[in-house]
Amino acid sequence: MNTMLQILQKDLFIEWRARSRTISLISFAYTILLLFSFAVGPNAVAMRQHAAAYLWLSILLSSTLLLDRSMRIEIEAGALHTLLLAPVSKAGLFYGKALANTFQLMVLAGISIPLIYVICDATLVESAGWLILTAILGTAGLAAPGTLYSAMTARMTGKQLLLPLLLFPLVVPVIVAAVKATTLAMLGDPMDQIGAWLTLLICFDLVYWSLCGVLFGRVIEA
Amino acid sequence: MSSVVQAQGIGRRFGRRWAVARLDLVVGANERLLVIGPNGCGKTTLLRILSTLSVPDQGTLTLFEGKSNPRENLALMAHEPGVYEDLSATDNLRVIAQLASKSTTSIPDILESVGLEDRSEPVSTYSAGMRRRLALAVLLLQQPKLALLDEPFAQMDPAGIAQVSTSILELPGAVIIASHQVQHAAPLCTRAILMDEGQIRWQGPASKAEAAWRALHVERGEL
Amino acid sequence: MLGLGLLVWAHYAGLVHEETSEFMMGDVGRILYAHVPTAWNGLLTYLVAFIAAVGALATSKKGWDALVEASVEVGVLLNVLLLIQGSLWAKPTWGVWWDWDPRLTTSAIMVVAFGVVLALRQSIQEPGRRLTISSVATIVAFINVPIVYMSVKWWRTLHQDFSTPETVDATLKLPLRVAAFGMLFIGIFFVVARWRIAMRRLSREMDAPELPDAPKPLTVEA
Repeated sequence: MNTMLQILQKDLFIEWRARSRTISLISFAYTILLLFSFAVGPNAVAMRQHAAAYLWLSILLSSTLLLDRSMRIEIEAGALHTLLLAPVSKAGLFYGKALANTFQLMVLAGISIPLIYVICDATLVESAGWLILTAILGTAGLAAPGTLYSAMTARMTGKQLLLPLLLFPLVVPVIVAAVKATTLAMLGDPMDQIGAWLTLLICFDLVYWSLCGVLFGRVIEA
Repeated sequence: MSSVVQAQGIGRRFGRRWAVARLDLVVGANERLLVIGPNGCGKTTLLRILSTLSVPDQGTLTLFEGKSNPRENLALMAHEPGVYEDLSATDNLRVIAQLASKSTTSIPDILESVGLEDRSEPVSTYSAGMRRRLALAVLLLQQPKLALLDEPFAQMDPAGIAQVSTSILELPGAVIIASHQVQHAAPLCTRAILMDEGQIRWQGPASKAEAAWRALHVERGEL
Repeated sequence: MLGLGLLVWAHYAGLVHEETSEFMMGDVGRILYAHVPTAWNGLLTYLVAFIAAVGALATSKKGWDALVEASVEVGVLLNVLLLIQGSLWAKPTWGVWWDWDPRLTTSAIMVVAFGVVLALRQSIQEPGRRLTISSVATIVAFINVPIVYMSVKWWRTLHQDFSTPETVDATLKLPLRVAAFGMLFIGIFFVVARWRIAMRRLSREMDAPELPDAPKPLTVEA
């Protein structure tokens, strides 16, 4: 528990020290959002309907860069070996890094949502609370398997391709549920369906935050 | 005398090649051991096995007589500095001290002893020699009962070699140094082993290490 | 051989002897005899892969590792066959090659999720690391199958009910069962054959080679 918080603090501290990279990541997410808008064309109705899809796809695409970097900082100068020999608990290491990744993805979502509101002319019909909850559960769903997979692919050649190949099929439920829930939160939920999608996200998060925590120890020692 | 390393017939292979084989080694609690040998003779692999980062494919390895979690009592200075590129030397040591539950009060002294005080830029801007000094600082911070040093003198200027030697002599527990630079490393050690193709070819007092090194070269026809 | 025989007999019985009028869907519906056994055995093969992956992680034995390789590969093969058969059937029946039905979508995602396990195995040279990482990827991919299925089912649904002998007309039952067993035997045959090949390769890589001879001690003059 203590280790987890220390790792979280350390990862965010490093991100802060290297914040120029964080800015390029945010620019990347913004660019993707704009590209989706250009690809669909100036159709206000379609843009509003698809606003949530643009948001989550841009988060997903940016997440592979973010996740890869979160493991690269551990490997590039051998810090991981120092941590393993310190020794820090491997569960603490996993949950600390996964929390740091969740937090950064949430910041990314928090920065992207205003842009979505502007370019897609989405209006906040339902409560912002649902939107925030969806963002938390959705980014957590990307972060847990993402942290595990970035540890698996970190030392491989072709990791730029392997990480998204592993991650994207796995997080289909997260994307489906998060896009639906975000759309309902943004455009209104007359049928009261948002609860079901959030339940699906919670189930996914519970399964993968526990499963990946167990498997991470084996992966990191290999 | 209690031992920190007891290895019996350990071996590790990569593919079909044994990087370390048939290796027996006992190191006492305060012993200082020099490991020499040509490139690719298995020195680095041996240190990684002793650090528990690699698991031997054969043989048995007992560290600290099996009494405690070995990782709490040993530290490895590898080729990489074992730090974060984006942080400064001080920040790195503070982060590592926190995670390893060590005191942060000694950090300024340690940085001074390796000649890295007043360095606030990130490690990514450091030269090769400075990175080696930082690697040693990480090891000193941990004050291990068993210190494993892989080529501590590599890429060092003469002043660096002197500083590193002093720091190594001040280490509290057992020390194992793998190095080509016999003339610098031998005075710091009591005993030496010479490895060739993964196996021990010679062992004796560290003072004779240079003679053994020369004998190997003569045998190979390189001198 | 037995499997092939059963499969041929079942197809003969199913296709030639049964009354064509039994089929609501006309002649194309007869692909049922190939399609349904493929689906059952594909899933079964993935289950074998999952069990083998758990075994490999627990024991680090090369027999389990070879079984992971064999069953994932045969599973992906059956899965691709399944998608081709499904498309061939869907075009004349539904009028489209593809539809966003839960089972269809899930099997498409499974092809990628398990296919990437094979890619992972290709790109890792060190046997121990390969065992750990491909087993972890297999476990995660398998656990995801029901979650993907549920998410897509909620997302949209349009498909026949599951084909189990109970939902199928009585006259079709026997040939279908025989075909399923035929496919099962063929599947087992493939997995075993592939396992033997994998074992041979892993033995070459993982069995310890002879230790080098002990060297003669070096003579150092005093």
